[in-house]
Amino acid sequence: MLRRDLLKGAATAAIAIAAGLPATVALAQQQTVKVGFIGALTGPQAASGRQMANAIRLYQQLNGDTVAGKKIEVIFRDDTGVADQTRRIAQELIVNEKVAFLAGFSLTPLALAVAPVITQAKTPAIIMTAGTSVITERSPYFARVSFTLPQQTMPMAEWAAKNGIKTVVTLVSDYGPGLDSEKAFFEKFTELGGKVVAQLKAPLANPDFAPFLQRAADAKPDAIFLFVPGPTAGPLMRQVVDRGLTKGGIKIIGPGDITEDEQLVSMDDSVVGTITSHFYSVLHDSPLNKKFVAEYKKANNGARPNFIGVGGWDGMHAIYEALKKTNGDTNGDKLMAALKGLEWESPRGKMSIDANTRDVVQDVYIRRVERKDGELYNVEFDVVRQVKDPYHK
Amino acid sequence: MLTILFDGVAYGMLLFILAVGLCVTLGLMNFVNLAHGAFAMAGGYLTVIMMNRMGISFWWCLPAAFIFSALLGAFLERTLYRRLYDKSHLDQVLFSIGLIFMSMAAVDYFMGATQQIVNLPPYLTGRIEIFGAQVGVYRLFVIAVCGVLAIGLQFIIARTRFGSQLRASVDDGRVARGLGIDVTRIFSLTFAVGSGLAGLGGALGASILSMDPFFPLKYMIYFLIVIAVGGATTITGPFFASLLLGIADVGGKYFVPVIGGFIIYTIMVAVLIFRPEGLFTRGKRR
Amino acid sequence: MSVVDKDAAAPAAASASPAAPAAKQSPSWRLLLDAKWRWYEFAFWLCAAASFWVFPRKLMLLSEIFILGLLALSIDLVLGFAGLVTLGQGAFFGIGAYAAGLMAQAGMGAAPLSDPLLGLLVAGLVAGLVGFATSFLVLRGSDLTRLMVTLGVALIVEELIVKFKDITGGSDGLQGVLSSPVLGLWSFDLFGYTAFWYSLTVTFVIFLFCRRLIHSNYGLSLLAIKGNPLRARTIGMPVNARLVSIYTIAAAIAGVSGGLLTQTTQFASPDMAAFHRSADALLILIFGGAGYLYGGLLGAVAFRVMQDFLGNITPQYWLFYVGLVLVLLVLFVRGGIIGLMMAMRDKISPRDDKDAGGRQ
Repeated sequence: MLRRDLLKGAATAAIAIAAGLPATVALAQQQTVKVGFIGALTGPQAASGRQMANAIRLYQQLNGDTVAGKKIEVIFRDDTGVADQTRRIAQELIVNEKVAFLAGFSLTPLALAVAPVITQAKTPAIIMTAGTSVITERSPYFARVSFTLPQQTMPMAEWAAKNGIKTVVTLVSDYGPGLDSEKAFFEKFTELGGKVVAQLKAPLANPDFAPFLQRAADAKPDAIFLFVPGPTAGPLMRQVVDRGLTKGGIKIIGPGDITEDEQLVSMDDSVVGTITSHFYSVLHDSPLNKKFVAEYKKANNGARPNFIGVGGWDGMHAIYEALKKTNGDTNGDKLMAALKGLEWESPRGKMSIDANTRDVVQDVYIRRVERKDGELYNVEFDVVRQVKDPYHK
Repeated sequence: MLTILFDGVAYGMLLFILAVGLCVTLGLMNFVNLAHGAFAMAGGYLTVIMMNRMGISFWWCLPAAFIFSALLGAFLERTLYRRLYDKSHLDQVLFSIGLIFMSMAAVDYFMGATQQIVNLPPYLTGRIEIFGAQVGVYRLFVIAVCGVLAIGLQFIIARTRFGSQLRASVDDGRVARGLGIDVTRIFSLTFAVGSGLAGLGGALGASILSMDPFFPLKYMIYFLIVIAVGGATTITGPFFASLLLGIADVGGKYFVPVIGGFIIYTIMVAVLIFRPEGLFTRGKRR
Repeated sequence: MSVVDKDAAAPAAASASPAAPAAKQSPSWRLLLDAKWRWYEFAFWLCAAASFWVFPRKLMLLSEIFILGLLALSIDLVLGFAGLVTLGQGAFFGIGAYAAGLMAQAGMGAAPLSDPLLGLLVAGLVAGLVGFATSFLVLRGSDLTRLMVTLGVALIVEELIVKFKDITGGSDGLQGVLSSPVLGLWSFDLFGYTAFWYSLTVTFVIFLFCRRLIHSNYGLSLLAIKGNPLRARTIGMPVNARLVSIYTIAAAIAGVSGGLLTQTTQFASPDMAAFHRSADALLILIFGGAGYLYGGLLGAVAFRVMQDFLGNITPQYWLFYVGLVLVLLVLFVRGGIIGLMMAMRDKISPRDDKDAGGRQ
C-alpha cells in the first residue's frame, strides 16, 4: 500500500524523489528513536496536553532516556485541539522525523483523525487520554493506556444498583464520550434492576446548566449521574452544589472526570461526598504512586498530577517496554506485537494492554470525595479488578 | 415554573454583566474591542488570586477587579487604543484579537492552563424561597448588581453633563472639540470605565463560569450576541436583550432539551433579520 | 467600512487622479489595464510551485496553506470587493467538507462516487446553494449585524453537524473518507505529494476564475456597490442581486476549499465549521490585506509559517508572539502585508499618484 503510493508520488515529482525519498528507507536504522507527542498545549484543552507532557518529561527524567542502547527523543507538538492540525502534524512527524511512535491525543476526534495515517505508515500510536471505545478499532496501530468511558462507568452503575440507589437521572455533555458513558450506565444500571428516570444531554458549549439541573431535580431521583468534559466539570459541580441538590439527599455520581484531581484542589467542601468510579486517584496507596505524585509536584510547582498525567506516564512506560522487547527495533508491526499483552505496575495499580483489542485493562476504583490533611481527595473505598472495555468484541 | 423564570433572568443577567463593558466601548465609543473578554479575564483572575491565594474577602475583590481592569484599560488606551480610533473596524478587530492572544498566553504563563474556581463565601451560596420558587442567593445578588448598573449607567449617559459630552464626542469629535469639550479625556475615562465594568463582570462571573486562559475567546460569542440583539447604542437595549436571551435559552433547554444548542443562535439570527440594528435601537445608523 | 479610495481598483499606475475618476475613461480601458498580469503575480505562483522543492518536508503544511488561502480568498470576494463583512465563512467550509466527505465515503474509495473532482464539484454546489439561501440575511444592517448573522449561521451549521450524528458521525467526525486517485492517476500519499499539487492546482484555477470575475464589468459594479451602495442603486445597478450572487459564489468557493481539506486529510470534523475557522480566515485576510485577491493567500502563508515556526520553538506560548505581530502590524502598517509591501515600494521609488494603500 505504502509502496504503491510512493511510486505514484514518484510519478508526480521525480525530482523530489531524487532529493529526499531514498533516504527515508535507509534511515530506518539509527541510534535515536523519536517519539512524536501530539497534544493540545494551547486552546481550551491545554490543561490535558500539559499534564501528559509534564508526565512524559518526568518519566524520562526519572528513568533515563536510553532504552536498548538507543536514545529516546520526544518531540512535543501542539495541535491546539483541532483535528486537521493533529492529522497534519502526525503526517509530518512520520514523514520528516521518522518517529517510531506517536503519542498523546487529548480528544477522541483528534485520535480518530490520525487513524488512516498510522495505518498507512504502520506507526504505532499510543492513546494517552482520549476515551471513546471505538478508537482502537479504527486502526490496528492504536494502543491505549488511558481508559474507556464504558470501562469507567459500568462499575459505577453496579455500585449504585448495589447500594440502595433505585432511580437515577443522567446528565451528560452531548458528544462522543458523554453518550458513551450515558449508554454504558443506562445498560448496566437497568440490567441490574435500577431505573433511569431521565436522560438529559447538554450542549458542549453551555455556560449555564440551570435548566438541566432543574429538570434533574424535578425528577426527584436518588442520584444524578454526571459526565462532562474536564474543563466544564468545575463550573458544573459548583452549580450542582449551588442549586442545593446535594442537600436534598440526592447523591452525585459519575466517572472520575468530574472530580479530577488537579481541579479538585480548588473546589470547596460542597463536593464532599460525591461518589465516582475511576482508575486513578492521587491518593492511591502504593509506593510507586507516592513517588510519582511527589516527583510530579516537585517538578511542577506543587500542582497535582491527575489521570491524564498518569496516562502520559504509562504511555511512556509502554513505549520503553516495547522497545526493550524488540531490542530497539522500530518496525511498527514488531512494536505492536510487543505492546500487545504488555503488563506492568503503574501509579494507578496493575494494568495491561489487552492482546486482542489493544485496549487498556485495569482496576477501577469507587471513590468518595473527602477532605484529608486540609485538601480534597478522591478516597478509594472499593475496587473492581481488571476491567475490560465492555463494548469490544 | 417560577424557578425556571428566575433561572432565565439570572442567566440573562450573567450575560449582561459580561457584556455591559462592551456596551460602553463598542456601543458608546464605536470601537470594536473584541479584547473585552481579556479585561474580564483580568478582573476574574484578580479575584481568584485575591480570594484563593490571599484569602481576601469577596467584597473587596469586586471593587478591586473594577479598579484594576479600569487602570489597565486606561493604560492601554493611552498607549495603544487611542491610535486606533480613526482606523477601520477591521483594523480594530485585528488589533484586539492580537491583544486577546497576548493576554491568553500571558495568563497561561503566570497562572497555568488549569481552570481556577472561585469559592464564594458561604452566605452567598445556597438557596432561599421566594413566592414558592427556589432561588439561588448568589444569582439574586448578580441580578441586583446588574439592575443597579443598568439604571446607573443609563442615568449617567442620558442625564448627566458627562453623558451628553460623551455622546457629543462620539457623534462628532471635531465639533465637540470645537465646543471646548476635552474629547481626549472623555474617551480615556469612558474606555477605563468600560474596561472596569468588564473586569467587574469577570469577577462576578468567575464563580459561575470559572476562569481559564481561554476565557476571552470562549465567551466572546456570548457578549457579541447580547450587543447585536440589543443594539449597541444604549445600555437598556442590551439589558433587555440579555433578559430575553437568558429566559428563552433557559426555558428552551428546560422544556425542549433536544434543541438546546440552537436556541440562542436562532433567536439572534431571527432578531437580526427583522431588526438588523438590534431590538432596541433608536434608528441611528452607525 | 471606511469609504476611501474606491476608484483605484488594483495597483494601477495610470494617471487617474482622484479628481478625474474612472468615469472619464471608458470602463473597458480600465479593465484592460487592471487585468494585465504583472511580474510579481507570476513570481508569486512560481514561488508557490517552487515551494514543493524548497520545502519538501512541509508539503502537508503547504497544502493546508493553499486551502486556507482559498477560504480567505472567498472572504476577500465578499469583503474586499463587495464590502460585506462575514464571520461565517466556516459554515460553507464545513458544509463543503462534509459534502465531499460523504461523497467519498459513499463511494468507498472507488470511482465514480469517490472521485475527488466530482467531490469538489458537489461540495461547491451544496455550499453555494446554502450560501444562496442565506445570502438574503446579509443584505441589511450594519457591519456588526452582518458579522453576527453570518456567525450565527455558522454556529447553527456546526450544531446541526453535531446533531445529525447518524449521517455526519457527530462530534467524533466523519471517518473512512477515501478518495479515488485524482483523474484516476494520482492517489493521495503519505508524503503529501498529491495533496500538494492537487490543492495548488485547484486553488490556482479558482484564483484565475476570481481574477477574471473581478476584472469584469461585474467586478467593477461590486466595487461601486462597496463604495457607495446608495449611489450604485440610484444609477440603476441591481445592488441586491449583485450582493446575493457574489455571496453565493464565495460560499461555493469556501465549500470547495472545505472539500479540499477533507479529501487531503481523509476525514471531516465539526470544527471545520467552527467559529475559529471563520475567525482565522478573516484574520488571515486582514493580515494579508483585503481587496487585492492576493491578501488571503499571502496572509495564509505568513500566518501559518509564523505559527508553525513559533510553535516549534515554544509550543506553549507561541500565541503571545502571534498576538504581538498582529498588534504591531495594525499600529504601524495600513492594509496588512500588502499594505506593508506597497509602503516599502513607495519608499524606494516614490510616485506622484499614490496607490490605493489599504482598501478595507
